[in-house]
Amino acid sequence: MTIPAGIDLTVIWAAIIGFAIVAYVVLDGFDLGIGILFPFIPAGPDRDTAMNSIAPVWDGNETWLVLGGGGLLAAFPLAYAIILPALYVPLITMLLGLVLRGVAFEFRWRDAGHRAWWDRAFALGSTLATFMQGAALGGLLQGVRVVGRGYAGGAWDWFSGFSMLTGISLVLGYALLGACWLNWKTAGSLQRRAVAHARRFGVLLLAAIGAVSLATLGLDADYAARWLALPNVLFTAQVPIATVITTALFYRSLSRGHEVQPFFWALALFGLCIAGLGISIWPDVVPMRVTIWQAAAPLRSQVFMLIGAGVMVPIILAYTGWAYWVFRGKVDGAGYH
Amino acid sequence: MTAFDLARAQFAFTVSFHFLFPAFSIGLASFLAVLEAQWLRTGSGVYANLYRYWLKIFAVVFGMGVVSGLVMSYQFGTNWSVFSDRAGPVIGPLMAYEVLTAFFLEAGFLGVMLFGITKVGRRLHFVATLAVAGGTFISAFWILSVNSWMQTPTGFEMAADGRFMPGPSWVAIIFNPSFPYRLVHTVLAAYLTTAFAVGGVGAWHLLRDAANPGARTMFSMAMWMAAIVAPLQIMAGDAHGINTLAWQPAKVMAMEGHFQSHPHGAPLILFGLPDQARQRVDYAVEVPKLSSLILKHDPDAPLGGLDRVPLADQPPVAIVFWAFRVMVGLGLAMAGLGLWSLVLRLRGRLHASPWLHRAAVAMGPAGFVAVLAGWVVTETGRQPYTVYGLLRTVHSVSPLAAPTVAISLAAFALVYFAVFGMGIVYLLKLMARPPQAHEATLDGIPIRSAGITPAPALDAPQPGAIGEHVA
Repeated sequence: MTIPAGIDLTVIWAAIIGFAIVAYVVLDGFDLGIGILFPFIPAGPDRDTAMNSIAPVWDGNETWLVLGGGGLLAAFPLAYAIILPALYVPLITMLLGLVLRGVAFEFRWRDAGHRAWWDRAFALGSTLATFMQGAALGGLLQGVRVVGRGYAGGAWDWFSGFSMLTGISLVLGYALLGACWLNWKTAGSLQRRAVAHARRFGVLLLAAIGAVSLATLGLDADYAARWLALPNVLFTAQVPIATVITTALFYRSLSRGHEVQPFFWALALFGLCIAGLGISIWPDVVPMRVTIWQAAAPLRSQVFMLIGAGVMVPIILAYTGWAYWVFRGKVDGAGYH
Repeated sequence: MTAFDLARAQFAFTVSFHFLFPAFSIGLASFLAVLEAQWLRTGSGVYANLYRYWLKIFAVVFGMGVVSGLVMSYQFGTNWSVFSDRAGPVIGPLMAYEVLTAFFLEAGFLGVMLFGITKVGRRLHFVATLAVAGGTFISAFWILSVNSWMQTPTGFEMAADGRFMPGPSWVAIIFNPSFPYRLVHTVLAAYLTTAFAVGGVGAWHLLRDAANPGARTMFSMAMWMAAIVAPLQIMAGDAHGINTLAWQPAKVMAMEGHFQSHPHGAPLILFGLPDQARQRVDYAVEVPKLSSLILKHDPDAPLGGLDRVPLADQPPVAIVFWAFRVMVGLGLAMAGLGLWSLVLRLRGRLHASPWLHRAAVAMGPAGFVAVLAGWVVTETGRQPYTVYGLLRTVHSVSPLAAPTVAISLAAFALVYFAVFGMGIVYLLKLMARPPQAHEATLDGIPIRSAGITPAPALDAPQPGAIGEHVA
């Protein structure tokens, strides 16, 4: 097999996995956020509408998480083999949370007598899954113990003040995305309530981003060097500046009564966070331990999958876009459920 | 118990629960596609109503399949990380293809299939149904290729550090020797599982109201499947067994309970109590030379026994032996019921035979039990290896402490029994309701329209789209 000089398939695969993670956060973030907001939405038509606004799309959104996991196994098997045991507790808890919330979509309609119970399961599952995603990221960033080709730490190594902070931050972030989604897709009392939530969670998220950023710099001299040393700092300093500007634009668009734009400004905030994350860890796949090249699958695996991804990802994006288009516009009270 | 035993218990528990749902949804998606095609072709309202009736059930089954499947895709790493590191370069890409070509397809079109009935045209909606049905099959294709590669690994090169690397041809990996057999056998099993579930539901309602057109149609369709597919499945199973004999003889020895080699024709042990410690089957009821006849198509052909396999390399015989008998027994019973229904159909009494209907109700869950039993045969029969003959299960496990895995196993048991237990109750409630002439679509509140619609002629053709409420 000959690959043109200058093309590094490992970097391409890192970009594809990165893309899957971005797609996951963009797509599943808001629907998990609606679960997080569920206790703040009164039972009855408003809850039904909130649920209906995501019922046709949540399954597709969650598939990006499967691609993230499956793609990591396929493209960086060593990273998959180290990270998943290291984050055993948060990941298993996340999966159980996703089970609870996933079945609630159908079950709450099948059993009016226990609807309040399934609504609680939806809220608990969504919040737990989100918190554990954030905590897992924190646990990974603070460094995991690796000996040879395996994880060598304990079950609770991930648990720290930092991982609690990243967990809470992600809950705030997804709640913001959920509120912005409801502002876009619903009307009346639910929309008004969503705007109020969006205002609240916007500030909270900005504070959380600041706290996580500072705490990350304190985790390891390596992280600090990537952000603060010259000449990097000329480039990296743009990220916090852009974050503040984006937040301002988010609030301006919210107060002007825009329905769609705040959602995209909130997504832009997430985009900046992920860019910041990239600056912190590049070119590692297990931060401070294993680089993407050390973890990469052999060339034959990379090429075979690249053909599949190259053909399928554009097709997937096309029909996913079509599915969103079918359910465009405001969800009415009756819903399409 | 060690962390290793607990990890095996956890995988067995979660995969068994998971497998029930796709075994149903693969067949159900195809059934829905046939119903919608029939409705588009004939315009007969009974098909539209049956589509809506089974769509509500499909939504619940599919949801449970998605969430339990998500767990599986992470468990390879959380609990079997050494296996993932070693075999990842070969099986990882196949699983990535499953996500890219199947999961997205199913999930992307599921929303339109469930909720888009009144939002897109009827042909486009049919395309969505076909996409979901196609997705379930493609998913089975890839994951069974992975599983088959673990059973009969080919097309790989061994790296110096013990990792499996892909060889020059992916075709040799994907189409490994047991894959075609396992794919046919498993997909037919999924179709049979659905046929007997649908047949059981239809029969249940026929026993109460033999004139219900929905019940009549679904029962008739299910019994056609039983009569045609059950015999095909026996042939496919036979071919799969012969393939297994060629590639994994120890598994067949365990299935047959053959601890001894038989140079002049091996008997078929119908029943008995395998005693692996003493390497013999107690109280065996045997038919002389029949095993050689089935497996070699020659009554005098020699067949090796587990006396040629060191104890450390033998699968757990009793589990494989009994699970195999459960699967085969149910398969024969299915074929018997199919034949019975065919005879009564030819006599024009398919819908007027309460004993057939009672038998069909009793056999409603048979497919699920048979599928699980078959899965136990093939997976337990692969032991003590994850990659057959090359990587031992005990060397595949993650470096986790026993208490960690014990707690996660307990949490899975708690959540699965509570959540999927309730889900199964909801499925039974949906199935207990007879199909209506004006079956509601997937509305928020089930049977919302059932109480408010008048009951006109039961199978009146419906002019509207498949999802429109015709009042």
